[in-house]
Amino acid sequence: MEDLTSPKQEKENQEELGEARQSWEGKTAASPQYSEPESSEPLETKQGPETGRQSRSSRPWSPQSRTRTPLGGPAGPETSSPAPHSPREPSSTPSPPAPPRQDLATPPQSDRTTSVIPEAGTPSPDPLEQSSDKRESIPLHTSQSERNTFQQSQQPKPHLCGPRDVSYNNAKQKELRFDVFQEADSNSDCDLQLPAPGGSEGAPSMLETAIQNAKAYLLKTSSKSGFNLYDHLSNMLTKILNERPENAVDIFENISQDVKMAHYRKKFDALHNENEMLPTYEIAEKQKALFLQGHLEGVDQELEDEIAENALPNVMESAFYFEQAGVGLGTDETYRIFLALKQLTDTHPIQRCRFWGKILGLEMNYIVAEVEFREGEDEEEVEEEDVAEERDNGESEADEDEEDELPKSFYKAPQAIPKEESRTGANKYVYFVCNEPGRPWVKLPPVIPAQIVIARKIKKFFTGRLDAPIISYPPFPGNESNYLRAQIARISAGTHVSPLGFYQFGEEEGEEEEEVEGGQNSFEENPDFEGIQVIDLVESLSNWVHHVQHILSQGRCNWFNSIQKNEEEEEEGEEEDEEKEEPDYIEQEVGPPLLTPISEDLEIQNIPPWTTRLSSNLIPQYAIAVLQSNLWPGAYAFSNGKKFENFYIGWGHKYSPDNYTPPVPPPVYQEYPSGPEITEMDDPSVEEEQAFRAAQEAVLLAAENEESEEDEDEEDDYD
Amino acid sequence: MDADSLLLSLELVSGSGQGLSPDRRASLLTSLMLVKRDYRYDRVLFWGRILGLVADYYIAQGLSEDQLAPRKTLYRGAPLLSPQVQIKEETRLVSVIDQIDKAVAIIPRGALFKTPFGPTHVNRTFEGLSLSEAKKLSSYFHFREPVELKNKTLLEKADLDPSLDFMDSLEHDIPKGSWSIQMERGNALVVLRSLLWPGLTFYHAPRTKHYGYIYVGTGEKNMDLPFML
Repeated sequence: MEDLTSPKQEKENQEELGEARQSWEGKTAASPQYSEPESSEPLETKQGPETGRQSRSSRPWSPQSRTRTPLGGPAGPETSSPAPHSPREPSSTPSPPAPPRQDLATPPQSDRTTSVIPEAGTPSPDPLEQSSDKRESIPLHTSQSERNTFQQSQQPKPHLCGPRDVSYNNAKQKELRFDVFQEADSNSDCDLQLPAPGGSEGAPSMLETAIQNAKAYLLKTSSKSGFNLYDHLSNMLTKILNERPENAVDIFENISQDVKMAHYRKKFDALHNENEMLPTYEIAEKQKALFLQGHLEGVDQELEDEIAENALPNVMESAFYFEQAGVGLGTDETYRIFLALKQLTDTHPIQRCRFWGKILGLEMNYIVAEVEFREGEDEEEVEEEDVAEERDNGESEADEDEEDELPKSFYKAPQAIPKEESRTGANKYVYFVCNEPGRPWVKLPPVIPAQIVIARKIKKFFTGRLDAPIISYPPFPGNESNYLRAQIARISAGTHVSPLGFYQFGEEEGEEEEEVEGGQNSFEENPDFEGIQVIDLVESLSNWVHHVQHILSQGRCNWFNSIQKNEEEEEEGEEEDEEKEEPDYIEQEVGPPLLTPISEDLEIQNIPPWTTRLSSNLIPQYAIAVLQSNLWPGAYAFSNGKKFENFYIGWGHKYSPDNYTPPVPPPVYQEYPSGPEITEMDDPSVEEEQAFRAAQEAVLLAAENEESEEDEDEEDDYD
Repeated sequence: MDADSLLLSLELVSGSGQGLSPDRRASLLTSLMLVKRDYRYDRVLFWGRILGLVADYYIAQGLSEDQLAPRKTLYRGAPLLSPQVQIKEETRLVSVIDQIDKAVAIIPRGALFKTPFGPTHVNRTFEGLSLSEAKKLSSYFHFREPVELKNKTLLEKADLDPSLDFMDSLEHDIPKGSWSIQMERGNALVVLRSLLWPGLTFYHAPRTKHYGYIYVGTGEKNMDLPFML
C-alpha cells in the first residue's frame, strides 16, 4: 500500500495475500479484490500500517462487488442493509490503532471474511461486519478497521476513481513494486478493474508480468527442504505478530530458524515426548507411592503405635538447622527422603534410624540411612566369602598340583583379620542406601577390616551402581557396595561428633579396662545433659567429642591379635616346612578412646581439622554452632546447645593436601634361596687358571711320587 | 546463576548439598541488586562461594552486554589465613576464580549467539535443550573464548552453525569423563558436576530457559582425577 514504509509491511501484505491465496484456492481473486475497496482510503487518513490491502484504496467499488458476487452464493450469510455506519465507526475507530497488528496477524481470516461477503451490488461494509461478527473477534477488528478505512474512504470520497488514482499514484511513488504487485493480482484475476484505472493500462501489464514473476519466484519450492520462501515468510511474520518479542528485528534470524525447525518437529513430536517423559513419570509415580503409604495404614491404633515407638528421627527439624548453616538438600528433596525413611522403618524392624547423608556419584547418587536394628532382630548376615583367604588357598593348591619340583612359594598371605561382629566397632550400625527417594532401599554388607585398609589406599569415584567393580591397585576386595560401606565407616569414625557431655559411658561392673580388646565401646545418652552454650561450642573444640570409635590401621576398632591364632594353627600342625617369618610380637594398635574431644585431632599440614562458626552473625542469639570438617570435606555437624546432628554430603573422599600417589607394588619375591651352587661366579682369569693347574699338577706329582715310592718299597720287599 | 532467578536456581542446585543459609540468601539478593545498579551491569551472576578456613568468600560477576567480554568479579568475605605466605589472598582468590571459569564454566548450546558484528548476546528465543540433547555432553559449551575450535577438521566445522557453535563443547575435555551428568527428579532437571573442580554444579531444566552454574568449594583442583575414574 501506499502506507508501506518498510519492506516489512510489504512482506506483510504479501503474506496476507499469500495466506489468502492459500486458503482460497479458487477465490484468491476475491481477497485482492476486497483489499482494494478497503484500501480506498488515501494514506493520510490511515493510521500507520493498516492492512496492506488498505493501501489499495484506489479501487472502485463496483468491480469489487461484481467480483464478489460469484462468491456470494457459497459464501456465508447474506447480510443486508447498509446499516448505520456511524455507530460502528466509533467502535471501530479506537480499534485501528490497536489492531493494525492484529489485522496483519489475521489477514487470512479477514481475507476469508471479506471474500465471503456476498455482496450483490450493495457494497456496504455491513455484510463485512456481520460476517466478521460471526468469526472471532480479531477478524472483527480487522474487518472493522478495514471497514472503517473503507467507510472513511467511501464517505468522503464517493468518487472512487479520484482517490484511487491518488492512492495509486502515491503507491507508485512509494512502493511501486508492491503496489503493482497488488494491482497485477487483481488485474490478473479480474479484468473488470481495467476500465476503472483509466489510463494506466499499459503499465500494469508489464508490471503485472514482473510481479507475477517475482511471486512465482517466491513460491518456488526449495529442492532441499520442501519449503518455499513465500510460505516461510508468512509463517514467520505470523509468529512474530503472535508473540510480539522485543526488538524482533534483532532476533529475526533466530525466529526464522525456529520456524523452520518447528515445521519438522511436529512430525516427530509424538514419539519423542513419550520416551523422554517416561522416566519423569516413573519417578513421580514412585514418589507418589511414598506419599500414599501414610494413607494405607490409617487405623488409629496403628497411629498411636507409630507415635509411641518412634524410630524415625525428625529429619525436617535437622534439615532446618542445617539449612541455617547453608548445608542441605532443599526442602522438597528432604521431605521425600523423610518419607522414604519412614517407609524403611515400616518395612524393617528398626530400633533407631538416622539420615546419614548423601554421597554423590558419577551416574547416580546415594542416599544413606544409618540404622540400628532392634535387639535380636538382626537380619541374617550373608556368609561373606573372605576373598583373601580364597586367594591363599588357590595359590597353595596350584603349587601342590605341580609334580615337578618347582620352588614352592614362600608367600603366605597375612592372616585375614576377621571382621567385627555386628553391633560392635565398625559394624555398629547397618546402612541402607537408595539412589533416589522412592526407589527401594538396599542394605549394605558389613565391612571387613581388609576393605577398610585398602579403602585407605585408593581413591575412586562412586558410579552410583552398587554392583560396579572397583578396579584399582591395590585391588579392592569387593565391589562398589563394599567400597561404599568402607567409606561410610571411615567417615563416621572420623566425623561423627557430639557436644561434650551428651553421651556418657555406661556404668559397668567391670570398670577398669584391662582387656586388650579395646576400651569402652558402649555409651549412652546422658539424661542429665544440660546443654552447652552455643558460643562455647564455637569457640572451643574441646567441647565436642567423637562418639564413634576410631578405626585402627588394622581396619577394626577393637584390636585383634592375629598371633594367637597363628599359634593355634601351629599346634594343629601345618605342612609348611619352610621357615615362617613371624613377628614374635605384634604391637597392639591403640586408638584414641571413645569420647575424646576433637581438639585432639591431628592437623593436616597446619590446617586445623575442624572449622567452627556461628550460623548467623546478624542474629547471634538464635544462631547455632556449625562444625565443618576439613579432613572430610562435606561432613558437617550442628548443635544449638541441646540438640545436635551430623550430616555428610559430598563425594566420599578424604582430603589430602598432597596429590594421590598409588602405592608401589611390593618387591618381587625371591624364588630360590641363593646358595653357592647356583650363584653365578665370574669365570676365572688366565692367571688363576694357570695357578690352579699348577697346583693340581703339583698335587698329582706328589701323589705319583708317593706311589712310585710305594712301588719301590714293594719292589724292595720283593727282593 | 543469574541474580534475577537466584532463589529458583538455588533450589535447583540443592542436590549438591551446599547452598546458602536464609540470611545469606536474603542479604545476597539485596546486594546483587545494588551491585547491578551501581556498576551498571547488564547481568549479574552469583558465581558461588569459596569456602575458607575461617570464613567464606561470596563471589559475584557482572556481565556487560557482550557476554564473552571479560567479566568483572566482585567478592565479599573475610580475608583468611593464607597457607602460602607472600601471596596476597586477593590475588590468589582472583586467580582461582579465573581458573575455574576458564576450565568449567558452562552454558547450554543455544543460550548465546554471536552476531556478525562480533558481540555475543543472550538468545532470547532459547527455549531450552530437548531431553535427548540435554544428556549429551556436546550440547554444553565452555563459557569462554574458544580454544579448540580451530583444531577441528573441516568436516566437523561444516556441521557447525557459526552463530551458535562458537565455543568449545565439553565433549573433548581432558581427561575424558571429567564431567558427571545426572538427571534428577526423573527427567526434569539435568545436573552436571565437574570432577576436576569439585564443587562446580551446573543445572538446566530441559525445555525451559532455566540454567546456571554455581561453585561452592574450597577452590582446589582435583589433581587426582585420573586415578579416581
